[in-house]
Amino acid sequence: MADIIRLKDINKIYGDKIKTQVLFDINLNFDAGSFNSIIGESGSGKSTMLNIIGTLDKPTSGEVYISGDRTDTLDKQALASLRNQTMGFIFQFHYLLPEFTAKENILMPYKIHDYHVPKDVDEWADELLQLVGLTKVSKNLANDMSGGQQQRTAIARALINRPKIILADEPTGNLDSDSTENVYKILRDINERYKTTFVIITHDQRIAEKTDRIIEVKDGRIHLDFKR
Amino acid sequence: MRLAFSIALRFLKSGKGQTILIVLGISVGVAVQLFIGSLIQGLQINLVNTTIGNSPQITITPTNTEKTIKDWERALYEAKISSNDIINLSVAADGPASFDYESDIDPVLIRGFELKNGNKIYGFEEGLYSGQLPSRKDEAIIGRELAEKTETNVNDKILIVSPFGGAIRLTVTGLYDLKVSSINETWVITNLETAQDILGIGNQVTGVEMQVNEVFEADKIAKSLAYTLSLPEVKVDNWKDQNQQLLSGLNGQSVSSIMIQVFVLVAVLLGISSVLAISVVQRSKQLGILKAMGIKDRDASLIFVFQGLMLGILGAILGITLGFGLLISFTTFAVNPDGTPVVPIYINNGFVALSGVFAIISAMTASLIPARLSSNLNPIEVIKNG
Repeated sequence: MADIIRLKDINKIYGDKIKTQVLFDINLNFDAGSFNSIIGESGSGKSTMLNIIGTLDKPTSGEVYISGDRTDTLDKQALASLRNQTMGFIFQFHYLLPEFTAKENILMPYKIHDYHVPKDVDEWADELLQLVGLTKVSKNLANDMSGGQQQRTAIARALINRPKIILADEPTGNLDSDSTENVYKILRDINERYKTTFVIITHDQRIAEKTDRIIEVKDGRIHLDFKR
Repeated sequence: MRLAFSIALRFLKSGKGQTILIVLGISVGVAVQLFIGSLIQGLQINLVNTTIGNSPQITITPTNTEKTIKDWERALYEAKISSNDIINLSVAADGPASFDYESDIDPVLIRGFELKNGNKIYGFEEGLYSGQLPSRKDEAIIGRELAEKTETNVNDKILIVSPFGGAIRLTVTGLYDLKVSSINETWVITNLETAQDILGIGNQVTGVEMQVNEVFEADKIAKSLAYTLSLPEVKVDNWKDQNQQLLSGLNGQSVSSIMIQVFVLVAVLLGISSVLAISVVQRSKQLGILKAMGIKDRDASLIFVFQGLMLGILGAILGITLGFGLLISFTTFAVNPDGTPVVPIYINNGFVALSGVFAIISAMTASLIPARLSSNLNPIEVIKNG
């Protein structure tokens, strides 16, 4: 399968006077449609790596390729479009806009690109609501939902633009074990149905074990890369 | 852009307390600005009216040795054609004389007019508190102070001695009060013919007086009049040149009024700006995720510009309403003993519109700082600290 994400000789150094290097010569490829997890202790550099893949952060040196196109040299505008069209983000915190309802939040990435929502996209939003089991609360404001519901809304939101890549940073970090299980089922289901590439950071060994590939990051280096 | 607008609207709706606070801030600013501006304008118009409203604003006076204008009909005609803004034209025959009464002799000023025209300038009829205007030769009206001093009543005959020694008896047909004691004390107002007789100037006059539509344009109108006049040995004066102190007083008032208004607006601007800047910090999570999801910096800043615009419009509408309320209550409650407002207020629609527009522009200007903050916000900062 073709590489959809490719990191080449990535180094990341924070700070000007006191320099802290968090990533050392990372070389990593992800296959399109794969379901991957990244594990590692906190401070190991895994989140930084994910943010660099997601173009939210820039590497100090090295090259980043998404679908074969180099991204670390693009300007802010181009990166914004790229993120909008090819990536979905799920964070530990849901980051929903509390002023909007669940469905409006889900449609937000589409509206960023085109304010007018056509019928098929509206129906797709309904389908996603059903997929994450939120049809009943679709008109609730973000703050009028439980933590699990909020996180599932965030997942649906990440999917609305049918991105090729979903980047998830501890997506179940704030959820109880039942909700966690539920969320992973959904993610896996999406991966199988839509062939979306997943890169998931997790602390949970049991979750990691269910993925196709486990990458362990230790002290800014790839410590282990295990493919099933 | 429409997304930015709809997000802005939601932000304003969800932060109702904050929105109301800002709108109130803007509207109080607009109201104060409108109130002070209208008050000062009213004060100035009132001042100008009382000072020069009942007096000639442009005069043609002779410079020859006889101090008379012979061909005054031509002067009237030329004044009429020189500008459309000239109104209330009147000729006057003025000269000193003495008022001989029982116990004393007082110097007076004989002022002869074509009374119908002179009345338009000086408002004699309005000033009459007893009797009526002269309608025949050898009739006159005198002022309150002079009448009291000489114990003259309506229908009394008074003895006027001309500078050349001749004496004429005039019948007093009315007593006036023009609210200026120096006029009330000295002017004996009569028709043109009577005055010409007393002063011995034949058919000539000693001045041509007029008013203008735009009092502050008097100097320009006077200039064009001087250019049009073909009469020899006359000069044209206007009230502006003769009242420099009043003018500089009015100017000072205008400048201080503008300063107050500007500072009120600056205070409003700083207020909105700081509240909106706080709201950027409050909503940094939302902005961060919007940016992660690909909203462009321009749209992220437009959210706050739209908020400024909407707050400005709301504030302007409420402020103008509030301002009118203030003006109405001021004219209702701050009144003279006779029930007239202390300062009559003139509503200038242009000024009201300008106040509103300034409020909207100020609110939008104030939103530029938060807009910049929003544009510069880096999503990674929010997500890292989230």
